[in-house]
Amino acid sequence: MNNHRTIKNIEQELIDDFSLFETWEEKYEYLIDLGKKLAPLDPAFKTEEYKIKGCQSSVWIHSFAKDGFVYFEGDSDAIIVRGLVGLMITVMNGQPAKEIVEAPLEFINTIGLSSHLAQTRSNGLRAMIKQMKMDAGAWQVNAENKTVE
Amino acid sequence: METEGIYDVQAIRAQFPILSRKVKGKDLVYLDNAATAQKPLSVIDALVHYYSHYNANIHRGLHTLADEATAAYEASRVAVKEFVGASSPDEIIFTKGTTDSINLVAYSWGKSFLQEGDEIIISSLEHHANIVPWQMIAAEKKAILRVIPISDDGILDMEAFKSMLGPKTKFVSVVHVSNALGIINPVEEIIRLAHQHNAVVLIDGAQSSVHLDIDVQTLGCDFYAFSGHKIYGPTGVGVLYGRRDLLESMPPYQGGGEMIKEVRFEYTTYNELPFKFEAGTPNIADVIALKAGIDFIKSIGKHAIRKHEEQLLEYATAKLKDIAGLRIIGDVKNKVSVISFVIDGVHPQDLAILLDNQGIAVRTGHHCTQPLMHRLGIVGTTRASFAAYNTLDEVELLIQALNKSLKMLL
Repeated sequence: MNNHRTIKNIEQELIDDFSLFETWEEKYEYLIDLGKKLAPLDPAFKTEEYKIKGCQSSVWIHSFAKDGFVYFEGDSDAIIVRGLVGLMITVMNGQPAKEIVEAPLEFINTIGLSSHLAQTRSNGLRAMIKQMKMDAGAWQVNAENKTVE
Repeated sequence: METEGIYDVQAIRAQFPILSRKVKGKDLVYLDNAATAQKPLSVIDALVHYYSHYNANIHRGLHTLADEATAAYEASRVAVKEFVGASSPDEIIFTKGTTDSINLVAYSWGKSFLQEGDEIIISSLEHHANIVPWQMIAAEKKAILRVIPISDDGILDMEAFKSMLGPKTKFVSVVHVSNALGIINPVEEIIRLAHQHNAVVLIDGAQSSVHLDIDVQTLGCDFYAFSGHKIYGPTGVGVLYGRRDLLESMPPYQGGGEMIKEVRFEYTTYNELPFKFEAGTPNIADVIALKAGIDFIKSIGKHAIRKHEEQLLEYATAKLKDIAGLRIIGDVKNKVSVISFVIDGVHPQDLAILLDNQGIAVRTGHHCTQPLMHRLGIVGTTRASFAAYNTLDEVELLIQALNKSLKMLL
């Protein structure tokens, strides 16, 4: 468990990475690249049930829990948003449910993408985060109920 | 009437303060005019002047400010009457915008005259504002909403329209110019055919009012709706033109002050046109400033603006067609300066984000025409729309920024 990186650790790494980018092009190329590299989501999860409706693009998030940690997979039909999905997965994947639920995720404001990506209507980044936290919350409740049993 | 002088686009640009601002460190290239046009200083000044010099409630005050405000408000009505060629200012109702105007008709006319089994016809090109109000009233009245189909290019199927018309057709509500594709619909013919069946016709002029010469009497439409903010005027003000006899036969849409003649607890009699449909204190400032928007258009002339915009459209169309994988949606001859396109393998949202980083404002998405996008089998388009102040250099910047974005995305 010593090599477990917390959400805060990963956020800081991303902040450091993004601080190396001097132009907007580099930031977006990074996101686009992340989007292209994101493992494709099993089509079985690309359904209405897993869809987060943004105004312009579709985002699907699927999660599962293992040994108290929550894992995410996701996809989008827009590549930059796909990159954002990848970014959020990088931060939250394999973290304890409680940590995910409570994470303030301040790095989004620090890395300098927020101005047009954080608006709910334009891409649903906020909706995406909300869904991931809700998923984590559900897994948390699930785990607590199991303990009671 | 209009002098064929040199079109001095720089002099026009100088009238628009916003055009000199920077976006993300770059000069703003504003190509989202079909969503809303920027405002000339004269419009901004009219608002400031009203609030600084003669802000007052209109029509009943007996003091000087009320007099001046009333005169300016009613002068705007006369300007609008001339702008659309109505026969009387009484036929001009001020509303919040095109959506409000259509809702007024759907609710007031629909409530009084629609009966179970009656048919309302709209087209596949409609904006949600000309779909949803009709769905609502149709559901309430058990009327039937029918939709004129289009070709893959977005051209209305007039044969299908003709076959839809019949004794059940009570209302036809169609868009003059498609906001998503820029296509000009043959509304004269639609009106003529609909009238042969005694149907009432509303023309959604949200896009046409700024580009085309509008004469409601020549067109022969019964209603014509448009928004102030798309004709260089302020937001929050719109217009409903309605034929006098129809407006007189319709019940008020909302009740309150302004719209009454006499109120007792037992009964109320309603005011005459146009006040019957303007309940409450209206949007005085924006109505007054709307005249400045109309005056701006008149100062250049619609014909001259149209010629300029056609140049931009032609140039942009040719340049866009050079981009591999790009397909213009609604690539037809008869259109205004709106150009909508899709690119293979590129989501419109990605394009919009990257273009914005280069200072370029375009619109992407479904343009509030989801059924149309569905019909065309696309999720949305990227749309550039030009106005009087846009330049060929800006079209060039759009093309460069597009190429750069595509390099990043593909």
